[in-house]
Formats: sequence, structure tokens, C-alpha cells
Amino acid sequence: MLSTILQFLFSGLTVGAIYALVALGFTLIYNASHVINFAQGEFVMIGGMATVYLVDAGAPIWVAAPAAILLAVAVGVALERLAIAPARDASVVALIVITIGASIFLRGVAQVVWDRNFHTLAPFSGDEPIRVMGASFLPQSLWVLGVSLLAVLALAWFFGRTVLGKAVLATANNRLAAQLVGIETRAVMTLCFALSAFLGAMGGVLVTPITLTSYDAGVMLGLKGFCAAILGGMGSGVGAIVGGLVLGVAEAMGAGFVSSAYKDALAFVLILLVLCFRPSGLVGARASERV
Amino acid sequence: MSRLLEVEGLAAQYGRVAALHDVSLAVAPGQLVALVGSNGAGKTTLLRAISGVRPASAGRIAFDGSDITGLTPARRVRLGIVQVPEGRQVFAPLSVEDNLILGGYTRRAGIEEGIARAFRMFPVLAEKRRLPAGALSGGQQQMLALARALMAAPRLLLLDEPSMGLAPLLTAEIFAAIAALKRAGTTILLVEQNATQALRVADYAYVMETGRIVLEGPGAELARNEKVKAAYLGM
Ligand SMILES: Nc1ncnc2c1ncn2[C@@H]1O[C@H](COP(=O)(O)OP(=O)(O)OP(=O)(O)O)[C@@H](O)[C@H]1O
Ligand SMILES: [Mg+2]
Repeated sequence: MLSTILQFLFSGLTVGAIYALVALGFTLIYNASHVINFAQGEFVMIGGMATVYLVDAGAPIWVAAPAAILLAVAVGVALERLAIAPARDASVVALIVITIGASIFLRGVAQVVWDRNFHTLAPFSGDEPIRVMGASFLPQSLWVLGVSLLAVLALAWFFGRTVLGKAVLATANNRLAAQLVGIETRAVMTLCFALSAFLGAMGGVLVTPITLTSYDAGVMLGLKGFCAAILGGMGSGVGAIVGGLVLGVAEAMGAGFVSSAYKDALAFVLILLVLCFRPSGLVGARASERV
Repeated sequence: MSRLLEVEGLAAQYGRVAALHDVSLAVAPGQLVALVGSNGAGKTTLLRAISGVRPASAGRIAFDGSDITGLTPARRVRLGIVQVPEGRQVFAPLSVEDNLILGGYTRRAGIEEGIARAFRMFPVLAEKRRLPAGALSGGQQQMLALARALMAAPRLLLLDEPSMGLAPLLTAEIFAAIAALKRAGTTILLVEQNATQALRVADYAYVMETGRIVLEGPGAELARNEKVKAAYLGM
């Protein structure tokens, strides 16, 4: 029994770490602009698909993965520069609709440039399962968890210790005051899109050996990441991480002990429950404190 | 007379509603110039246009002899035009110290000295350096907003109602700080509804009504003007 729980816990944390990365991407952009970027999942897809194609073309993984992530970052920057920034004065709802349009567009392009099939990548460190107390897990899970942890630590350092990170926080908090101290707030917006594309694409590369990828892999992952962000409290970085992990573990337990048929529905049930009892999310500020 | 700031025929609007019409004003180096006017006269809009956060729809702004009308707000801060906005606008979740560090965002050097100077000027900020700025009282937030602006080493300091909502004692402290800055040679454009205090410390002053400059002159002279007395000094 214990080993079964451990097994589900571990696979839940692995998927949850990816949800958390996507949720952090939503959070970054939401804080900087109040826009919910529904093209977030497409960054994950681009990371996975581009890596697959570069590896198929003969590139080693350590070249293919960074190149794919760079491509996603370029797409993120282009999305902000070409679609979001020119519409800066439009309502937030209009901007969100733009991101939905962008996500459909990116899926379309991926279908044309790549294909409509499922793809996978070879695990980075083989597929010999590691056994712990009766449970077994793949070395790729360690890659997912380890790299996600590093990314979170790097973000914490960036926002806590660097002036540029503080400038991003300042812009999110008070754009007018940020402009008045000389922060280039437009560049900060672009940076947030780049960072969030980076996180998403990294998740996409890491998870592809476990879950496969395809041109529309971003739809579900984007949605789950969004759920995780809401679950944790939209706008909270810690919330995004907690929300992602809780969602991943809940799904794995639900699929293991109840039925995998309801796995995807579980995310939404969880959100309804949390929103009923803690409207601002697991970690979010109380609603009254947010403007 | 040489001019550090020169505004000529400036207009600005919110949508189709005009907030500034044909505003011209000048500030000479080392001067403290006051801008007074009642609610909604357009004082804040004028300062925002000077800082570049509200676009000008007509007219020209020159700083130190060169046209800055098209520059971004960040470029203007780098030139030395620094504003303490209306309502303080501190970065509430960030610490007092981080607010000061961000005040010096455009500078590479002198951050440590700047912070030390800010703490000498307002010792209460030193005590609360690790607290989030949002936890400070209104008066302390105003001190922080002023100290944050000074971190950018302003050549022209724009102050938008620094005494708004403060108790008399704190107002006096803020005005004392402004007087000290002036003595140290900082050029200041001060917006105030508290016209009595503002005209007392000002070398020169402008009176604004519904988006236009309607009167100007040396501070002491305006303070004796019958119309100004009736409208702004409550006499
Ligand atoms: N964001 C805005 N949208 C639309 N109209 C605005 C906006 N801000 C100011 N106005 C209008 O522009 C005019 C000038 O406002 P402004 O804030 O510049 O006046 P002010 O002199 O600073 O007033 P106060 O003393 O109350 O601060 C007013 O009629 C005001 O209603
Ligand atoms: Mg005002």
C-alpha cells in the first residue's frame, strides 16, 4: 500500500512540476500586465516539438533542447512585440482574446511546419527504473524535478536579489511609479513574455520523454497550468508552484485509486472546491487585499 | 535668464477631453517654482506630461536647451527629470530599502551613498528599511517617495502635492526637507494646493485654472495678489 502511494506521489510530483512551470509562466505575465496568456501551453509544445525535430535531424539533445527553448523565447518575444504591445491600450479582455488567437495560430503553424503525429524523445539518462521502498520511477522524473527546482531557485534569486528582478516586481506593482524611476516598462513586459516562454518550453522538453508531444500537446498542459495558477492564487509565485504540485499529485492519486477516466475532470473539480472555500486560492492574498 | 526647463504651448488630453491648453512655463536653474491651482486644474497632468508618462498633443518641452518632447519617461529620468508623484505611489510590497534601490535604477554608482543620505535625511526610514513600504504611515510613505526620487540624483525635481493628506507636523517636516534641498541647489517645480506654504518658499509661481496658466509672478508678489488671496489663500 505504502509503495503504491509512493509510486503515485512520485509520478504526481513529476507531472505537477511541469504544471508548476506553466503556472509560473501564467503568473509572470499576469503580474506584469494582468493578461492571462492562453498561448502559454504553446510554449510547452514548441519546446517539445522543436527538440524532437532537431534530434531527428541529427542534433545531440544538449544542442537541440537549448535551441528549441530559444525558439520558444523568440516566439514569446514576437507575441509580445507584435500582438500585445501594439494593443497596449486595449482592454485586458481584448488582450486575452489576442492570446487565444495566438495559441490557435501557433498550433496551426506547428501542424504545417511539423506534423500531426505524436512524438517522443529518448530519456536523458536511460530508462532503467530506480527503485525506492517498493516503488519505481524513471530517471527522467529526476530530471524533471531537478531542473524544475533549479529553475525555481533561479527565479527566486532573480526576483529577490537582482535589481532587474526588483524592477519587474515594481512594474507589476505600480507601472506609473516604475516609469517615474526610469524603468523601461515596455522592456519589462517583453522580458516577462520571454521568461515565461523559457519556463514553458523547458517544461516541454523535460516532459516529452514521459508523456509524448504533438502539435496540440499545449492545449491540455496550458489548461492544467492555468488551473494550477488559479488553485494557488493567480499572481502568487509560490501559489503557482504549490498549485502545480497539488494538482499533479491529486490527479495521480485520483487516477490510481479511483479511475483514470476522470483524471482531467479532477482539475476542474479541485478548482471549484478551492474557489468555494478559499476564493483567492491556496496561497493567494485575501481578495480584499488585491486591487 | 537661462532656463533648465522650458514648456511652450503645451496641450494634453484624456480621450477627447482637453486637460491642458497652451501652457507655457519656465524654471531657471536653482529656482523653486510653485504651481498652484484648485482641484482638477491640470497640475498633475502638466507634471506627467513633463515626465513623459502622459503624451503631449501639442507644444514643446525643452530641458537644458534640448527638445525632449518625444523622449520616453525613462530617458527623461536619465537626463535628471525626476518626479515624486501625487499620492506617493511607493512600491507597496517591496521593502523600504528596495524602493530606494529602485529609485537609483538609472544610476550605476552611488547607490550605497544615496541610501545612507536618505537615512540621514529621514532616520525613520532607516529603522524600517526591511519593512514593506505599504506598512509605513502616510507621512513615512511621503518621505520614502521623496527619498526614492532623490536617489536618481535629480537635476529637476517635480513634486506633486507632497503635503497632501498629511498632519501639520509632517507637512512642516516635508517642507523643511524641500527648503533644505533648495538650499543645496536642487531645482524644484512644486505643485501644491496648500498655496500659502508653497508661495512662501517659492522664487516664482504660476497659477493654473482649468488647464491654463492664468497668473504668474514672484512668489511673494502672488501671495499679496488680491485674486490669489481670495481664491487660494482663503483670505
Ligand atoms: N485619467 C483621467 N481620465 C480622464 N480625465 C482625467 C484623468 N485624470 C485627470 N483627468 C481630468 O483632467 C483634468 C485635470 O486633472 P489633474 O489631475 O491634472 O488636475 P490637478 O490640478 O492635479 O487636480 P488635483 O488638485 O485634484 O490633484 C481634470 O478635469 C480631471 O478630471
Ligand atoms: Mg493633482
